Amino acid sequence: MIVCAAETALTVSNVHIRSLAASCAACHGTQGNAVSIGKVTDSTAVLAGASKADIISKLQAFKSGERSATVMHRHAKGLSIDEITGLAEYFSQQVPRASAILTSQKLRVDHAN
Amino acid sequence: MQTNRRDFIKMAALAAATGMSTWALTSFARASKLPIGRVVIVGGGYAGATAAKYLRMWSLGSIEVIVVEPNRQFVSCPLSNLVLGGSKSINDLTFDYQLLKANHGIQWVQDQVTAIDVSAKKIQMQRGELSYDRLIIAPGIDFIYDNLPMLQSEEAQKQVPHAWKAGWQTVNLRKQLEAMPDGGVFVMNVPAAPYRCPPGPYERAAQVAYYLKGHKPKSKVIVLDANAEIISKKGLFTKVFNDMYAGLVDYRPNNAVVAVDVAGKTVTTEFDVVRADVLNIIPPQRAGKPAQMAQLNNIDKRWCEVGFLTYESKLATNVHVIGDAVSAALPKSAHMATNQAKICANAIVQLMVGANPDPAPVFANTCYSYVSDKSAMHVANVYRYDAAKKIMVSAEGGGVSSAPSEQEGVYAGAWANNIWSDVLT
Repeated sequence: MIVCAAETALTVSNVHIRSLAASCAACHGTQGNAVSIGKVTDSTAVLAGASKADIISKLQAFKSGERSATVMHRHAKGLSIDEITGLAEYFSQQVPRASAILTSQKLRVDHAN
Repeated sequence: MQTNRRDFIKMAALAAATGMSTWALTSFARASKLPIGRVVIVGGGYAGATAAKYLRMWSLGSIEVIVVEPNRQFVSCPLSNLVLGGSKSINDLTFDYQLLKANHGIQWVQDQVTAIDVSAKKIQMQRGELSYDRLIIAPGIDFIYDNLPMLQSEEAQKQVPHAWKAGWQTVNLRKQLEAMPDGGVFVMNVPAAPYRCPPGPYERAAQVAYYLKGHKPKSKVIVLDANAEIISKKGLFTKVFNDMYAGLVDYRPNNAVVAVDVAGKTVTTEFDVVRADVLNIIPPQRAGKPAQMAQLNNIDKRWCEVGFLTYESKLATNVHVIGDAVSAALPKSAHMATNQAKICANAIVQLMVGANPDPAPVFANTCYSYVSDKSAMHVANVYRYDAAKKIMVSAEGGGVSSAPSEQEGVYAGAWANNIWSDVLT
């Protein structure tokens, strides 16, 4: 019964997509909220709250080679159509939030290495 | 325990039905319920910090997470070669854990692990002990000095730093490079693969060459590679060494370091004896000490064998290993460490509510190397679980840049800022 309830709460597909989507965070921020870096052109795309259709068409264009890219074609080509749709749905449902660059600080003298 | 688990599932179902925000749910769970289980994470690097955050996020705060990390600060290895090149300071790469802890309700113990008892499900620290339901060991790397005993002491490493864990050794190596006279020789090595960050040593050579080109053009960098050839981005680095830094980089394959004269700054390899003005030796590596304490480094006595659906050790139940310490046909990169952390966290959340982990994880790896202050190039791949082979294999479409570019330098900067924010907030 517990298993049933859990499966209702999060489908297999949701569990698969949330960790795949989390892999995009290295460039596109947690849940698609990329940090804004000075000039807009220096920042990666904010995916949170983007339109599902738009994400699908861009990823498909990267996948087919119709749209040129520096890096995204490598990722799009490795994704299935279902994953592209799942990612587009996931990111379109995320709430966009302003995300600033993390502030760095002075290295402490007692740091080990 | 049972009641809490049911409550969590009910909450999660409610959230799905009503569109209630994760944040609200998390606060609710935090305020009102006992945890459904405790996960202790050993190590607060890219892998450990990420696992802590995503466990809290995806369990809606219902899993208690305690991180044990000896250092107060997080210092990024990615971009630390730019400190040697002179375009970044170590203080640009240093962060604290305050936001991560506060935003996600993660408990933090600044301490060193001294023993791990996997049968009693306990870890021992210098000050106290902790029990766990599941343990994640994210220990990073440990250096192997068996064949280089002369480099083991702290004093020797002041003369000949590895600078392969970002921090004061990085600063020291930069200072030595700055103090080197024009016409001097910077000698570095590449250990036999696998080691942390496959393109890292070649990026380092390029960064040192970038600095020499601008400030000490009569100098050179000699790269002693234990491998038969450049093992990552080979075509790109070959071109960078031969064209961009012509005359500055002397690359020597099949040149494993055999001995080091620390005081004389001289390296003996299988073929050469090389005298350096500045010497940087990166020793061979294995899974970090906590993994060794739990005796999980069963592959070549170096790396830890895990299952790729959960990152649970093949040797100990309820103990997971993530990051560079894992034995896998995957690059030991920061992005990969965060991916493994997320797959592991996702699986643990599922297991703790009695559900199945994702049967077919997929993730992407993007790894940039800077070849100057502004120019970078990538290697990028999607990796997919192969159910027959039970490992992660690269999907089609992966590959490297056609050439380094300033555009990719901008993207590499965005990568760093986003991954830091993802891991530490």
